[in-house]
Amino acid sequence: MRLSRQTFLLTKPVYIASTMSLAGPYEAKGNFKDFFDYVMEDDEFNEKSHELAEIKMQKYVVSKLLMKNNLEYKDIDLYLGGDLINQLTVTSFSAKETNIPYFGVYAACATFAESLIVGCNMLLNMDRVLCITSSHFATAERQYRFPLELGTQPTPASQWTITGSGALILDKTSNNCPKIVAYTIGKIVDLECTDVNNMGMAMAPGAADTIEQHLISRNQSAKDYDLIITGDLGRLGRDTLDYLLKEKNIVATNIINDCGAMIFNKKQKRGQGGSGAGCCSLVFCSYLYKLLLSKDIHRILFVPTGALLSKDSPLQGDTIPGIAHAIEIEV
Amino acid sequence: MTIKEYKEYVKAHTQKTNEVKTLTLSFIVGGIICTIGQGFLELYKEILPTFDELKIGSLVSVTMIFIGALLTGLGLYDKIGYHAGGGSIVPITGFANSIVAPAMEFNKEGIILGTMAKMFVIAGPIIVSAIVYSVLSGLIFYFIGVI
Repeated sequence: MRLSRQTFLLTKPVYIASTMSLAGPYEAKGNFKDFFDYVMEDDEFNEKSHELAEIKMQKYVVSKLLMKNNLEYKDIDLYLGGDLINQLTVTSFSAKETNIPYFGVYAACATFAESLIVGCNMLLNMDRVLCITSSHFATAERQYRFPLELGTQPTPASQWTITGSGALILDKTSNNCPKIVAYTIGKIVDLECTDVNNMGMAMAPGAADTIEQHLISRNQSAKDYDLIITGDLGRLGRDTLDYLLKEKNIVATNIINDCGAMIFNKKQKRGQGGSGAGCCSLVFCSYLYKLLLSKDIHRILFVPTGALLSKDSPLQGDTIPGIAHAIEIEV
Repeated sequence: MTIKEYKEYVKAHTQKTNEVKTLTLSFIVGGIICTIGQGFLELYKEILPTFDELKIGSLVSVTMIFIGALLTGLGLYDKIGYHAGGGSIVPITGFANSIVAPAMEFNKEGIILGTMAKMFVIAGPIIVSAIVYSVLSGLIFYFIGVI
């Protein structure tokens, strides 16, 4: 049911039946080390290249997820996912051998939200939809920044692409599981940030806009949520979001947090925190889902955030547009 | 909030590099690398007394380039660079790193279109500007000589 131009209420509930997470070795030493289902021993994952490793990560997560639920590939009606690598090769190559109908979606680091929203709608005529995203530090680094072995120094505002993947199954029948209640499709917001090493601040205005739209359309206040959690703004971006929301008269300082800001501990020295398409899916499919299942939290607003730039667009003088989609999940 | 206001907010709240720390570290590491180079220079002078200064200088450069390339191949130079910044980028070892690192990274796309084509993606601008400036300074000195 359409509540406003951007916000939709699901008339038939969509349940998040099961999740699976695979974390890279460095992520596994961070704050959520006890929540991940599987952990990689090294970045290569016994493959020849990091791209192949990321493909294997997605395949691994999907197979473990299906095994956990006693399902086969033919029981899944749609493989819906994305990653950061050019032309979505990682996700497409991962889905290739499954023979599951496939959609690749892209919204940079907000891809997971896009796959969930598309999944909710596809589920009207389907039984089970698989949503997945992944990212890998080495593949993103080579595509967006520098070769791995180059001796560069990160700036204090920069974030680190996390190595990890998270996947979940949406269905209409698992009624004891967390369910998606409503969602807001974000608008592209560009306040003309140009620093590619400060993505958090480029994306924060988009997140603030989406959260405001969602709360207005749903006639809620921030207090109605146990947690409003953004994707990968990092610590700096999270503080900026807090400030921007206050400007909009939304006080949520103790309620908002960010997957990227939470994933690493301070000792790990990862700048402002993690980022990447796999960041929010990894944290959601491990930590957040387990909190929801155990009913420690009852309602969250999950707001993955993305920066819609390419490697070349900032060089050509373009600014960094941000986007965020909000998904209301309760248990 | 207008774009201008947000830009001001971003400028005011973005964490700045701790210059005291980074400059000190790059000074120390850059100094150490240059001292090692000087050490080789003295060593070569001792063991190769027949070589003139130009040859010795070339030998030192070659040695330092080798060390930079080796440390890159062993996966150590990026760790030095993480702490040292400019201190390990500016010396000739950093130049070696800037060529070997992309050569290793793009090896997966094949020898010709990967390693060979992408080898100079970082070092290319340095080489181009070095050639341009040497031509310019050559021209200037030529005309000074004519006058």
